[in-house]
Amino acid sequence: MEIYKKITALEYPLDVNIILRKKKSIKKYLLLQDDLIEKNIVILGGSTTSEVKNILELFLLNNGIKANFYESEYNKFYEDALFGNDILDKFNPDIFYIHTSNQNIIKYPGYKESESEIATLLSNEMQRYKSIWSSLSKFDCAIIQNNFDYTLDRSLGNLDSSDIHGKTYFINQLNNEFSKSSREIKNLYINDINYLSSYFGLKNWFDKSLWYQAKYALSLSAIPELAFSISKIINSILGKTKKCLVLDLDNTCWGGVIGDDGLGGIHIGTETAIAETFTSFQKYAKELKQRGITLAACSKNDFKNAKEGFEHPESILKFDDFTSFKANWNPKHQSIIEIAKEINIGIDSLIFIDDNPVERDIVFSQVPSVAVPDIGADVIHFIEHIDRNGYFEPISLLADDINRGQYYEDNKKRAVEQLTFKSYDEFLVSLDMMADIKSFSSVYLDRIAQLTNKTNQFNLTTKRYTAGEIENIAYRDDYIKFYGKLTDKYGDNGLIAITIGRVEEKQCHIDLWLMSCRVLKRDMEFAMLDELVKQCKEKGVSEIVGYYFKSAKNSMVSNLYEKFGFELTETNSEDTIWKLDITNYENKNKFIGIRND
Amino acid sequence: MTREKVFNGVQGIFRDIFDEDDLMISDTTSSDEIEDWDSLNHINLVSAIEKEFEIRFSLGELMTLKDVGAMVDLMLEKIK
Repeated sequence: MEIYKKITALEYPLDVNIILRKKKSIKKYLLLQDDLIEKNIVILGGSTTSEVKNILELFLLNNGIKANFYESEYNKFYEDALFGNDILDKFNPDIFYIHTSNQNIIKYPGYKESESEIATLLSNEMQRYKSIWSSLSKFDCAIIQNNFDYTLDRSLGNLDSSDIHGKTYFINQLNNEFSKSSREIKNLYINDINYLSSYFGLKNWFDKSLWYQAKYALSLSAIPELAFSISKIINSILGKTKKCLVLDLDNTCWGGVIGDDGLGGIHIGTETAIAETFTSFQKYAKELKQRGITLAACSKNDFKNAKEGFEHPESILKFDDFTSFKANWNPKHQSIIEIAKEINIGIDSLIFIDDNPVERDIVFSQVPSVAVPDIGADVIHFIEHIDRNGYFEPISLLADDINRGQYYEDNKKRAVEQLTFKSYDEFLVSLDMMADIKSFSSVYLDRIAQLTNKTNQFNLTTKRYTAGEIENIAYRDDYIKFYGKLTDKYGDNGLIAITIGRVEEKQCHIDLWLMSCRVLKRDMEFAMLDELVKQCKEKGVSEIVGYYFKSAKNSMVSNLYEKFGFELTETNSEDTIWKLDITNYENKNKFIGIRND
Repeated sequence: MTREKVFNGVQGIFRDIFDEDDLMISDTTSSDEIEDWDSLNHINLVSAIEKEFEIRFSLGELMTLKDVGAMVDLMLEKIK
């Protein structure tokens, strides 16, 4: 259990003065945490980046990431990206951040230029960035790219945004092109400084004096907001975002107390201003739910009353929208632990929203890994605490995420059935499970990379891969690499298991063995092992070497290789190495039908 | 605001920016004496001072600040 507390100055609402003044002591404090993940981050700047780096470092540390930075020389982003240099080549980057702004636009349209001349200007400007992105693609890592902020001064006034000669118009077109590129280029993510600067207020965002003195393309007080935004994208790339929104009910989902006021007395709908604010909060939660975030309710209430609240005709959320629904009189931290168990996700994937500060305190102090934003008591501010903190920041809308809510609901039905069978084997048979176990293919590379970054419990080596690395492995013959997808009579569990083995002569070394916890106890791991052995035999391998590297979260698989029949050959503190002679291996999977390539 | 008050405020800012709780500055303290006091940290110092004392320095003024004493004197003029 982590004992350190997150720095609230680094969460919404940011305390910019504290961050800027105390950054050195904040950094010292955050470096005391255990289990920091190290990442190599390259900052390619079109302006001064020194303070951007310092502050970004804090936000990443606050999320458990220790960054090693490479910073390009001042305004050498283009040269470094295209021609590289010895230091950069040896740096082994995980993530690139390209910090450019409207100051880096080479040439705006002149007033006499024709439409086609302006189109050429646009395409020249785009070509610079496209060549940067394509040149960086050899590193196979995520590229975070700023789009453009507006210029503070507009000599054309309002016309600047509508006339083709306007700077604002030109910037809008560039931003559209950037968005388009990010949809086409894998691993390219846009850091939307156009939104950020407008959120922050353009006149506070750009500081002319600071630009002329020190070539910062944004004011010092805007840097924390920028760094916060970058850190949210990085969190998302690394799969560190939250998965489940836990909601209190009375005075959170609706106004009033359902137990006292009754269904007719609570505030929800469009009749009054108060009712409307609760409705808009429900709409926001519903949007999250529709893109794959799981909802849970945690309320001190009579179950029947609580459920009835969602039968209000104007209620946007319905009882069925909640995957887990705890309405009882237990302490809320207990209910929250049960919610995590029921949904089968890590407790650190939860965020808890409650208007009552006492309940927030209890949850925060008893289960510190749950995110409990200090939202105050007024529903009008609840959304911004969820939204601005980027708890659910997505890097893409994967079909799997959108279907995930469905999966959890299917899972509830599975749990009910399990109770009615005489033996567990009988239950497994009844599930009619069917697995696709196939070699990596291009459509799944993103999902595979995502899983390697967010699977912590059923993960033997906890090795993290970028989408680029996964793609490389997919094409290499000296790797055995396959994924497993599992369906059953209740639905599709999606892609949930990955195995990567490196073949060296007669041995296969298991670099990665992971499975999503949503398919625990389904014997899927046996089906995966059968496949590994089969492919090993095809490659003339006679022995498989398995590695268990102990992490803070993977103790559940410390004995997996033993269960598989491997022999322990080496123990190094809590890490272990195992071997299996596959000459006389017999298939272990009995319950899952298999489809191969 | 007295000179002493301004001076103490500046000292607090120096301590935060350079993260040395017992840092003692004097009128003659200059960037030669504090290792981390480079041009970028100078910007951070000035910006923190501007925030705390609600004043603004102009570009030309910043170039001429040679030591803490000069800085405090200029601030006193502005705070008036």
